[in-house]
Amino acid sequence: MRHILSVLLENEAGALSRVVGLFSARGYNIDSLSVATTEDTTMSRMTIVTHGSDDVIEQITKQLNKLIEVVKVVDLTDGNHIERELMLVKVRAAGKDRDEMKRMADIFRGRILDVTDKSYTIELTGDSHKLDAFIAAIEPGVILETVRTGASGIGRGERILKI
Amino acid sequence: MAEKLTGAEIVVRCIAEENVDFVFGYPGGAVLNIYDEIFKQDKFKHVLVRHEQAAVHAADAYSRSSTKIGVALVTSGPGLTNAVTGIATAYMDSIPMVIISGQVPTHAIGQDAFQECDTVGITRPCVKHNFLVKDVKDLAVTMKKAFYIATTGRPGPVLVDIPKDVTQHSCTFEYPKTITMRSYNPTIKGHSGQIKKAVELLLNAKRPMIYAGGGVVLNDASAQLTKLVRMLGAPCTNTLMGLGGFPASDPQFVGMLGMHGTYEANMAMQECDVLFAVGARFDDRVIGNPGHFFREGRKIIHIDIDPSSISKRVKVDVPIVGYVKDVLEEMIGMIEQGDKRPDAASLKAWWTTVKDWQSKKCLAFKPSAADGKIKPQAVVQALWNATGGDAIITSDVGQHQMWAAQYYPFDKPRKWINSGGLGTMGVGIPYAMGAQLANPDATVACITGEGSVQMCIQELSTCKQYHIPMKIINLNNRSLGMVRQWQEFFYGNRYAESYMDALPDFVKLAEAYGHVGMKIEKAGDVEAALREAIKLKDRLVFMDFITDETENVFPMIPGGKGLSEMILAEEL
Repeated sequence: MRHILSVLLENEAGALSRVVGLFSARGYNIDSLSVATTEDTTMSRMTIVTHGSDDVIEQITKQLNKLIEVVKVVDLTDGNHIERELMLVKVRAAGKDRDEMKRMADIFRGRILDVTDKSYTIELTGDSHKLDAFIAAIEPGVILETVRTGASGIGRGERILKI
Repeated sequence: MAEKLTGAEIVVRCIAEENVDFVFGYPGGAVLNIYDEIFKQDKFKHVLVRHEQAAVHAADAYSRSSTKIGVALVTSGPGLTNAVTGIATAYMDSIPMVIISGQVPTHAIGQDAFQECDTVGITRPCVKHNFLVKDVKDLAVTMKKAFYIATTGRPGPVLVDIPKDVTQHSCTFEYPKTITMRSYNPTIKGHSGQIKKAVELLLNAKRPMIYAGGGVVLNDASAQLTKLVRMLGAPCTNTLMGLGGFPASDPQFVGMLGMHGTYEANMAMQECDVLFAVGARFDDRVIGNPGHFFREGRKIIHIDIDPSSISKRVKVDVPIVGYVKDVLEEMIGMIEQGDKRPDAASLKAWWTTVKDWQSKKCLAFKPSAADGKIKPQAVVQALWNATGGDAIITSDVGQHQMWAAQYYPFDKPRKWINSGGLGTMGVGIPYAMGAQLANPDATVACITGEGSVQMCIQELSTCKQYHIPMKIINLNNRSLGMVRQWQEFFYGNRYAESYMDALPDFVKLAEAYGHVGMKIEKAGDVEAALREAIKLKDRLVFMDFITDETENVFPMIPGGKGLSEMILAEEL
């Protein structure tokens, strides 16, 4: 099953590689990973999307907690949460495709950030499924380039991950 | 008032502040400043090994055989890469130690400088934690953190990588008395509710079994374990790492368990109704196939300091995270204060079953035949007799290691020093060095084989320099015995590269290093030779026992099989 783990860790050189190294050393999957500092610059917040059986997820959580630089680990999928991912897509937008691309971007509440005679660069935000759906909805041949940030997640309501 | 010191001075002062007696190391360019400061001080002694791997093994054994912490010091690049096997060995067995490595100057890092390597990157997967110190101002606090992390929670090796320029720069020195880290707060106190559940389960058990591992030794919890086991009246087994954690001479001890464990220990693990795991981690060499190990209705209680060791390979019913010693003490207190006692009638019936298993005498072996070929098992037994069962025994890895574990019963913890997790050949001599330096009055013997012993044989020179009077018991069967055993059983007697040809004359070799060498070829000479060697109190004696090369280790669970699927000697 798909899980979203939120990890609060010390913002120190090498901390990220310890997390990534743990996943590769123990054969766990990383579907996506996003990380940046928090409002407290000594701390980073990481969102890891992974999948595995309950036993595997339990081990991943325990192993992450064991890393000296990790302060807290929460499995967001245990409760209500919000997840968002940002995608930038450069598509071919010439001739009859041009209007169609604009319409598709609007339907998915995307924004066109950059325009040339032949292309649009579209920004899309949503959960990962929505971004997948956009990719599936447009003609594969018109996609010139895509870049995705990986999901960021946060608990709903009073669920707070902080020290 | 705080004083201004160079980085090198700070390193030396921190080591002294931690009451370290010995640093095991090897100098080189990046650590020359530190060595210069070591030269000027007399708080601790430095032991110059002949290869960095041995420095780490020796420091590791220093930790294992005492309650102090071992420290190793190596230079950058090859100094560190040589040390990696030692670090990984200590990591797998959760041994507290601190490794200090030199690094090229900060401005040269990443430039492919002479003797540069990515030390933090290379060691990351085999340390509890590591640090690269880029500013001398961070040095003292980092050293403190290193010792703190290494010795608390689940212990382990911690490495501090120090660039050469950091050892030259200076700053005011103040060694922190204590340290707190927001990201490192291991759970050390077991949950009382869980402990109560565990006690109730154990007191109501019909067929209780206690399975104690290295965590008991590391946490110095032998006294508590022994007391509780006696209160519960249950059979008790030790893992390879836990030997000595419960006295082997106690009638409740059923021997070591696992791949080469006793029939009774393995059967009791399988057939008990309540299994109490204490500081042990159900690893593959202990329980074999987890699917086969599973039994409907059997309850498992597991105390471990590391939450990730719990329910990793085997589902646990009552997990308890905390220091084994404190949890056991709390359990003892609860039983003492309560009225409930173990069910004597059920225990009696259970012991009848266990005694039935014991009557198989699974460790019996054929005595030497008329040809007088030496049985390796008999050498270990003779060593036990000659040392009154009270020596510190180190071993390498292979058949001799299992025979040592099976035929030298340990009554006390920290007497049995071996590489259980990583299974590193070559540890025997350096382990004996570290153990002897930590215990100068003890008899220290290294049980090894002609394969393993050659992997760190150069340390005979270190032993000469520091007058380390260990006794080396070389069980020489002219082959890599454990490999040969597997080839005999599972590879149709095709002995690929497991025969050792062109062996050195170990007697002459020992003599060349300035030690005493003995070659023993007849079973009748074993005891006298051992007594003679032990009498040579101040000398290292290398005893080359030419043993029966056909001997195998029994019982044996073939890889991937279940605990009760043992091959016994009599079945072949």
